[in-house]
Amino acid sequence: MIEIRIHGRGGQGNVVAAYLLASAAFAEGAHCQAFPSFGAERRGAPVTAFVRIAPGPILARSQVRNPAALIVQDDSLLHIPGTAAGLLKGGGVLVNAPEDAATLSARHGLDILSLPATALALEYLGRPTPNVALLAAFLTVTGLFPLSALSKALGERFSGEVLRRNEKLVARAAEAVPEGAWANRLVLEQPTKEARRAESA
Amino acid sequence: MLKALEGSQALARAVALCRPGVVAAYPITPQTHIVENISKLVADGEMGCELVSVESEFSAASVVLGAAAAGARAYTASSSQGIMLMSEVLYNMAGLRIPAVITCANRSVGAPLNIWNDQADSMAIRDSGCIQLYCADNQEGVDSTIQAFRIAEATELPVMVCVDGFVLTHTLEPIDLPSQTKVDRFLPEFDFARRLDPKAPKSFGTLVDPGWFTEVRHSHHRAMQKALPVIEEIDAAYEKAIGRAAGGLLKTHGPKGAKTAVLALGSVVSTLRQGLNDGLAKTPVKIIQLRCFRPFPTEALIEAVDGVDDLIVLERAFSPGLGGIVGTEVTAALAHLKKRPRIHNFAVGLGGRDVPVELLPELIAATRGTTPEPFRIFDVELDKLPAEDR
Repeated sequence: MIEIRIHGRGGQGNVVAAYLLASAAFAEGAHCQAFPSFGAERRGAPVTAFVRIAPGPILARSQVRNPAALIVQDDSLLHIPGTAAGLLKGGGVLVNAPEDAATLSARHGLDILSLPATALALEYLGRPTPNVALLAAFLTVTGLFPLSALSKALGERFSGEVLRRNEKLVARAAEAVPEGAWANRLVLEQPTKEARRAESA
Repeated sequence: MLKALEGSQALARAVALCRPGVVAAYPITPQTHIVENISKLVADGEMGCELVSVESEFSAASVVLGAAAAGARAYTASSSQGIMLMSEVLYNMAGLRIPAVITCANRSVGAPLNIWNDQADSMAIRDSGCIQLYCADNQEGVDSTIQAFRIAEATELPVMVCVDGFVLTHTLEPIDLPSQTKVDRFLPEFDFARRLDPKAPKSFGTLVDPGWFTEVRHSHHRAMQKALPVIEEIDAAYEKAIGRAAGGLLKTHGPKGAKTAVLALGSVVSTLRQGLNDGLAKTPVKIIQLRCFRPFPTEALIEAVDGVDDLIVLERAFSPGLGGIVGTEVTAALAHLKKRPRIHNFAVGLGGRDVPVELLPELIAATRGTTPEPFRIFDVELDKLPAEDR
């Protein structure tokens, strides 16, 4: 099972990011689970969302304490204690920030890749929602699923001009990060016999 | 076919599949998305019901009571203080024997103000005379919602379907929604024999004096008891029609002969099962999932604990000054048995405190070979409290 944690602030589309990533996994035939942990329900307040991806049904409903990767939608959250808590050894952190990865990695002592996702979202969507650009980057660096899975998930949620703009944003964000930089860090094991049996039952 | 859906969205669609005539609701976290989704289905013309926006939960339940009394299939949903505000009407609905379905998106009851999940709300109205079903995952939520209409209509009792707030309502996961054809076949059109009808006038809710009140209450109690086999039959009928059962009165997971069992309600069951599957228990343990809490399935429980030496009863609510609610009831239900398990009773996950997968081994370690201690809040952090409160 792969567990991912998304950190952001209210209004940045954290829950939608988690739902899109889980839906993309589902589109590729995996089982998925995504849910938020809200603090105060207001814009700007820190929000955490969790994603689990597995070859078979997922039973655990606890919060993700030991993520294999983090997606951070607001780099100021890296200054808040606990944001990177429990990150598994070798786990990468994808951060929405204008600064380069080396500067951020040195500053925070984490293995960071960065993307100016807010600027890209403003350019392509006209709104400062970094989530879709970050997801495109995440799939590109991890190779977890093809970008077409994200497009499918977006297609279930958006249509018309909004969908077209998001698709352009996906393509642009994917070019902005090193493809396969985190390849083999997140590997979805093949379904076990038990999982297949449970599924067919 | 499985689809990746948010729990609330799936529940709204399940309600739509049941073709209610009237839905009335007032928004409250974490119930909101259920009603928002129903509202969208109505606005998009995908759901043909009368959606009544009201100014309070009291009115929402009242509209549902009135609509159902007039013969409409009716639905509402709420949480926490909203369920509290409905409580007077829920007692009326149950006492008047009006069939309707209520989703309780379980949330703590304030004060202190807290929007997160526990089960204090539905537990507070356990004596209302409504049937209560608790769901471990969103699939069970969907299936129990569809079954709830048929149970309500067969028993002439309101049915409350309890789904843990956020933990289920806000979780996206693969969920199967049965086809409209199958649901239509399983759930025939509602025909309420006692409906308000100008051509055959009847009175509802008149004064019942001491000469009859006891008898009416007796009949209500009997109706709840008679609902037990009906709930099982309808689950079996659902399995035949849809291809999947929701758990009858209760269901057990894990090795049958286990000497240790954990009894729980709602989504905690799912997390406990993960612990079991991951082999964290290190000893044979079975999980008893109490799906039906009202009416209380005493006989099914006695059968489920046969051969169990240690029964850990977990709950996400408690009665201050007493202790466990479910634990007390389970203890009472087993009290007359010659050989009964030692019962250990804990509350966990109050007000949204995370319930980790490691809970299962922690529970077993805490109860292994010990005389049961009095009720305890298992995950309290005593160091946060002044010494006199520890």
